[in-house]
Amino acid sequence: MAYFLQQLINGLSLGAIFGLIAIGYTMVYGIIGMINFAHGDIFMVGGFIAIIAFMVLGLLGITWVPLALLVMLAVAVAFTALYGWALERVAYRPLRNSGRLAPLISAIGMSIFLQNYVQLLQGARNKALGTPPISGGITLMDSAGFSVQLSYMQIIIIVSTVLLMAGFTYLINTTTLGRNQRACEQDMRMARLLGVDVDRTIALTFVMGASLAAVAGMVWLLYYGIIDFYVGFLAGIKAFTAAVLGGIGSLPGAMLGGLLIGLIEVFWSAYFSAEYKDVAAFGILVLVLVFRPTGLLGKPEVEKV
Amino acid sequence: MSAMLSVQGVHTFYGHIEALRGIDLEVRKGEIVALIGSNGAGKSTLLMTICGTPQAAKGRVVFDGRDITKVPTHEIMRSGIAQAPEGRRIFPRMTVLENLQMGASSAPPEHFAEDLERALAIFPILKERQGQRGGTLSGGEQQMLAIARALMSRPRLLLLDEPSLGLAPMTVRRIFQVIRDINRQGVTIFLVEQNAYHALRLAHRAYVMVTGTIGMTGTGAELLANREVRAAYLEGGVTEEVVAGGAP
Ligand SMILES: Nc1ncnc2c1ncn2[C@@H]1O[C@H](COP(=O)(O)OP(=O)(O)OP(=O)(O)O)[C@@H](O)[C@H]1O
Ligand SMILES: [Mg+2]
Repeated sequence: MAYFLQQLINGLSLGAIFGLIAIGYTMVYGIIGMINFAHGDIFMVGGFIAIIAFMVLGLLGITWVPLALLVMLAVAVAFTALYGWALERVAYRPLRNSGRLAPLISAIGMSIFLQNYVQLLQGARNKALGTPPISGGITLMDSAGFSVQLSYMQIIIIVSTVLLMAGFTYLINTTTLGRNQRACEQDMRMARLLGVDVDRTIALTFVMGASLAAVAGMVWLLYYGIIDFYVGFLAGIKAFTAAVLGGIGSLPGAMLGGLLIGLIEVFWSAYFSAEYKDVAAFGILVLVLVFRPTGLLGKPEVEKV
Repeated sequence: MSAMLSVQGVHTFYGHIEALRGIDLEVRKGEIVALIGSNGAGKSTLLMTICGTPQAAKGRVVFDGRDITKVPTHEIMRSGIAQAPEGRRIFPRMTVLENLQMGASSAPPEHFAEDLERALAIFPILKERQGQRGGTLSGGEQQMLAIARALMSRPRLLLLDEPSLGLAPMTVRRIFQVIRDINRQGVTIFLVEQNAYHALRLAHRAYVMVTGTIGMTGTGAELLANREVRAAYLEGGVTEEVVAGGAP
């Protein structure tokens, strides 16, 4: 029981990170119907910007943890958002009217580019945080020599994910930007005919997705204490899997999918073997897609228009 | 009277297909101008070309003295033109209210409450349906919503593409009445219609489009009386109207 509870906590923490990345996939897919395969690498860039900020702060002697974290977060989000914006501007917008395949290939190209770019600038070896700025936690339960730990970092991950989800749901459902995004999703030409600047709306969608990926990248860095140029590949694929599992295009679906992938991965490693944890996650995806092609929360279109 | 909208020698292509082959027409301030023509003549293409989607390959579109041929669509729509397009294009997964909010995208936010009230006064049924998703409205309700949505931007020129399509005769009459009222409140109207009889009776002037060109023009009454127009676009419609009206 204690062991199970511990895995649950670990799985939810990991899943929350996948969920944050998955939202970027799902929002971009929703609005332009394209899988932004470079999104995982945007997440990786976010992690790197966070660690660079961390090191610069160390050099400047700013070590008070709350301040350091806040500055890291602000810097990571701002710069990663800029990368997201530039990515759309450079690699996707020029291909807006070129069918589905061209942007997809461009996305894969950008993914490879970002990996090599970071590798070149930061080196191929992984970067470690050294002493983690957030350590320790609380012991929830002690039974039969096994204690259930909830680390402060896990609390931060779960709380910030819940807050971000709430904020994003509010933004999409009630603000003008959110309404414009939904309009573009449903009928882009009509949105244009009502005076919506569609290019700007799409750019902002990339910025929003990249901002969440930056948070995820920073959280990943703080959680594992280590990052390398390749981390975005697998994390990206898993987050993408999460988005599809939850129903691509659906915001709560992305979060649910993320949590499920995190839980599957952690439980599989805990009870079976860590070696096949990725296979387990993807296997579940295949099963879900066979029986529910629209994903768990994706609704089949049943509307007369 | 000065031309509010002037279309000059406009050609529009879809790939290799030339849908508009040199269109010249104008709409003056305060007018209702109708455009009739058979299926595939290019009427919807003309309305879309005026809005810059697709853009004209040759020729000019001038609105209020400004050349808007190469202006991006969203900017054109922010300069006083609104369109209720063919097929209505209601956002299906948005509520009626949200659809109307979308219509107000290019209007100053402080006008919203007032404009909403005006739109709902024109179509009271929409008031009851405010929270309902657009996709679940009936065809007639969707058409009313499409017109209401277009009005939310306070256009000076309103483009309507087959507002009567698929509607019951009573609803058709209501829609045409509304168009007349809107026009009386100072909105200039350019109307594409299959229902030539109603359109020509309503319009001050009209154009007949034949495969991408303008075939004929005149006042609504002139075209209604024209033998060719009657033969090509009216016979069915007139008979129907006569039967409905219980004439001799
Ligand atoms: N997106 C498109 N791609 C290719 N061809 C198109 C496209 N839209 C319209 N066309 C063609 O352009 C021509 C004009 O079409 P348009 O829709 O403007 O006609 P219309 O006069 O509005 O007809 P209707 O009365 O049936 O609505 C038609 O031959 C049509 O097949
Ligand atoms: Mg048409």
